[in-house]
Amino acid sequence: MAFGRSSRKKPYVEPVTLKILVAGGFGVGKTTLVGAVSEIRPLRTEEILSEAGRPVDDLHGVEAKTTTTVAMDFGRITLREDLVLYLFGTPGQDRFWFLWDELAQGALGAVVLADTRRLEDSFAAIDYFERRGIPFTVAVNCFEGARRFPAESVRGALDLDPEVELLMCDARDRESVKNVLVAVVEHALVLADRSHATVTS
Amino acid sequence: MSDAAERNQLNQGSTPGHHHWFDDEAGPVVRPYAMTRGRTSAATRHRLDLIAVVVPEPAADDPGRDQTLSPEHVEIVERCSEQPQSIAELAAGLDLPVGVVRVLVGDLVEDELVHVTRPVPPAELPDVSILREVINGLRAL
Repeated sequence: MAFGRSSRKKPYVEPVTLKILVAGGFGVGKTTLVGAVSEIRPLRTEEILSEAGRPVDDLHGVEAKTTTTVAMDFGRITLREDLVLYLFGTPGQDRFWFLWDELAQGALGAVVLADTRRLEDSFAAIDYFERRGIPFTVAVNCFEGARRFPAESVRGALDLDPEVELLMCDARDRESVKNVLVAVVEHALVLADRSHATVTS
Repeated sequence: MSDAAERNQLNQGSTPGHHHWFDDEAGPVVRPYAMTRGRTSAATRHRLDLIAVVVPEPAADDPGRDQTLSPEHVEIVERCSEQPQSIAELAAGLDLPVGVVRVLVGDLVEDELVHVTRPVPPAELPDVSILREVINGLRAL
């Protein structure tokens, strides 16, 4: 079977790929945030779940079985030819959490996008990353018309650890989102340095 | 392909003892998995990460090497020959569920037509120097 390329002189560049997760409640602007910095229009990848992959739901006796499709939107930032960062928006619905485990595996860090009108929607994500020791930064999406709260009162409401950074951001704005991502990676760097120090001392 | 033929293929493709949910009612549920002949996991040892990159091997240029490949297999090789792509990008580009792409890429790995880069091992943070490069790269955007 021909693949339409007879010879290739230049070897393929095999990039180091990294991922950052973007979590938060439904409709908080995860895909908007991904789109603001991605070099590609956010793509959608889907996974089809059957009852075999969903042991928690008891479908016994359910006659009409249905497919559940879980969508994850993602974007890509090529930092260098050999260094590519992917951003994955996590599924907003709580019931698809088991998918997060796979997404979270090997993730360099996470953004928890929060909306001050529905702060409780981000509790679950914060809890998830705290428990797994995944470095994360909370970004409060400043929606137009939403009341602005001082960062300290938002921190208090979210009960954040002192070292977790909280930023105000505009998920539509490239510079704003870049700052959020830098904050995530800087936090990851601090944690990586610390664990390195623990190992060597 | 008719539904009946598709279902038949699904049943044949599954291993004995593991096909109990490929019943008549389940047909539409697993339909995209007809492309994988009913297999839901790849032959490769490691589960392919969403950001694992698929890179063609020299053998991918060899015409007529494998007649058993499906059009989807061929399309994966073609897309990656343009530029190596991640599992997530392939799934989005081909409009196939991630699970299906994993199985198809697993076939191609077995066939030595492609290899797959392994991202940072699970439960390990990337190297500190890489993190610094990411920060610099983001700032320079």
